[in-house]
Amino acid sequence: MISLSEYLVLGALLFVISVAGIFINRKNLLILLMCIELMLLAVNINFVAFSHFLGDVTGQVFVFFVLTVAAAEAAIGLAILIVLFRSRRSINVDDLDTLKG
Amino acid sequence: MLFELSNLLPLAPEPFLLAASCAILVIDLFLSQENRFYTYGLSLLTLVATIALILASGGEKAVLLHGAFVRDAMGDLLKVALLSVAIFAFLYSRTYLKQRQLFRGEFYVLSMLALLGMMVMISAGGFLSLYLGLELLALSLYALVAFDRKSDRGAEAAMKYFVLGAIASGMLLYGISMIYGATGMLDFAGVAQSVASGETDRMVLLFGLVFVVIGIAFKFGAVPFHMWAPDVYHGAPVVVVAFLGSAPKIAAFAMAMRILVEGLGGLGLGWQGWEGMFAILAVLSLAVGNIVAIAQTNIKRMLAYSTISHVGFIMLGLLSGNGDGYSAAMFYAITYALTAVAGFGLLTILSRQGVEAENLHDLKGLNERSPWLAGMMLLVMFSMAGVPPLVGFFAKLFILDALVKAGMVWLAVVAVIFSVIGAFYYLRVVKLVYFDKPLTPVPVEGGLDARIAISVNGLALLWYGLFPASLLTACKLAIGA
Repeated sequence: MISLSEYLVLGALLFVISVAGIFINRKNLLILLMCIELMLLAVNINFVAFSHFLGDVTGQVFVFFVLTVAAAEAAIGLAILIVLFRSRRSINVDDLDTLKG
Repeated sequence: MLFELSNLLPLAPEPFLLAASCAILVIDLFLSQENRFYTYGLSLLTLVATIALILASGGEKAVLLHGAFVRDAMGDLLKVALLSVAIFAFLYSRTYLKQRQLFRGEFYVLSMLALLGMMVMISAGGFLSLYLGLELLALSLYALVAFDRKSDRGAEAAMKYFVLGAIASGMLLYGISMIYGATGMLDFAGVAQSVASGETDRMVLLFGLVFVVIGIAFKFGAVPFHMWAPDVYHGAPVVVVAFLGSAPKIAAFAMAMRILVEGLGGLGLGWQGWEGMFAILAVLSLAVGNIVAIAQTNIKRMLAYSTISHVGFIMLGLLSGNGDGYSAAMFYAITYALTAVAGFGLLTILSRQGVEAENLHDLKGLNERSPWLAGMMLLVMFSMAGVPPLVGFFAKLFILDALVKAGMVWLAVVAVIFSVIGAFYYLRVVKLVYFDKPLTPVPVEGGLDARIAISVNGLALLWYGLFPASLLTACKLAIGA
C-alpha cells in the first residue's frame, strides 16, 4: 500500500523539476511550455492523493477543472509562441531581451 | 433544495455579461470595418447595463451554488468600481485603435471576458471559482497584450507575461492543494471553520499559505514577484495597459480579502502568518518601486514601477488587520485603479498616428499644446504622489491611520519615507509638462469620447479628494467595519 506521503513527495519532486526546468532552460520556449504543463500535473497528483486519503471527492473534481484550464493555457501559450516566431524567426529564450530598462 | 430560477437572481450580472460578450463577438463578425463603431457602442452599453443589473439585484448577502458564489456588499461595490474603470478604459481606446488599424471587436470581447473573470474572482466563495475566474482573467490578458500582432515588443511582453503568470498560477494551485490537504475543504467558509476548530495540521497549512501568498503577490505585482510588470507595461499597446494596469488591481484586492481574511483569517499566527509575509513584500515593493522608477525614461515603465509602490500601500492596509485597514485598502485599490486608468488614458490621447507618447520627453511642454490635458496630467500626477486635496492623499492617509491605530508605527514611517522619495518622479513629470519647451508644436488630437472621459476621470480624482467621505463610508459599510 502506497502511503499519502509518498504521493506528496512525488508531487513535490515533479513540481521542483518543472520550476527548475523553467529557470535553467535558456534554449527553447517549447520546453518552457512543457514545464508549465508538468507543474500543473504535479499539483493534480497532490489533489488526487489528498482526495483519496481524505475520502472526499471534491479534490478530484478540482483536477478536472485544472486539466481543462491547462489545455486552454497551452492553446494561448502556443498562439503567443507563433506570433513571436513570426516576428523573430526564433524561439530561443535568450532572444527575449529587447524589453529592458 | 429545490431548484428555482428565482434563487439564482443574485447571480444575474455574470451570465448577462457572458451572454452579451458572446453576442457581441458574433455580431462583430457580420460588421464591416466602417460599422465597427457598433461593437464599441454595444460593449459600452453592456458595461452600463451590467452595472445597472448589479445595483438592481443587490441587497441581502447570498451564498449560491453550494457555496461557490458569494454575493455581498463588498463584492457589489468592487464590481461597480471595476466596471466603471473599464468604461473609462473603453472610452480611451477608440481613436487610438483606429489610428493603428487595430479597431476590432476582439479588443472589446477579450476585455469583457477578463472583466467577467474578475467578477467571478470578486464573488468567489471557494478556491475553485476563484481559480477559474483568475484563469479567465489571465488568459484574456495574455491575448490582449499580444493584441498588436505586428508588434515585436508586444509578442515578447505577452510571452514573458504568459510564462510568469503560469508559474504564479502553478504556485497558487500548489498552495491550494496543501490547504485542501490540511482542511479537506475547498470553500472559504469551510476552510475558515476547519482552521478555527484547531484540529488542522498547522505545518501543512502554513506550507500551503506560503505558496498562496506567492501567487497573490504575483498577481498584485509585488516585489520580488514584480518582474513581469515593467516589461508588460512597456511592450503592450497603451490602451491595453490602461485596462490591465487598473481594473485587475481591484480583483487582486478581492482575491487577497477572500483567501487570506475570509478563508485563513482565523489562523491567528500574526507576524508568523501571512501578515508577516505581507509586511516584507510591502516594504520591498515600496522601496524598489519608488527608487527604480526614478531611473526610468520610458513613462510606461515608470508608471509600472509606480504601480508596484502603490501595491505596497494596499498590502500595508491589508496587513494592519482590522476593519479600518481593510476598508482603507479597499479605498486605495479603487481610487488607484481610477487614477491609473486616467494616467494611461492620457498617454493614449497624446499618442498620434505612428507616434507613441511613451518617453518622458514626449510630455515636454504639454501645457503649450493643450492646457486642459496638461491640467489633467497635473491632477493624475499629484494624486499618485499624494498631494492634497486629491484623492491619492486621502487614500494614503487612511492607510497610515489604520497602521498607526494597529500599533505598526514603524511601517507607517517607512511608507511615508518612500512616498516622499516617490514624489520626485511624479513632480518631474509636472515640471516637464509646464516648464519645458515642446519638442513638436503639433496640437493634440484624440477623439471627443476620450476627451470627455479624461475630463470626467480627472475631475473625479479631485471630487473624491475634496469629498472622500462618501466613498470611504461605502467601503466601510461594504467591509462591515
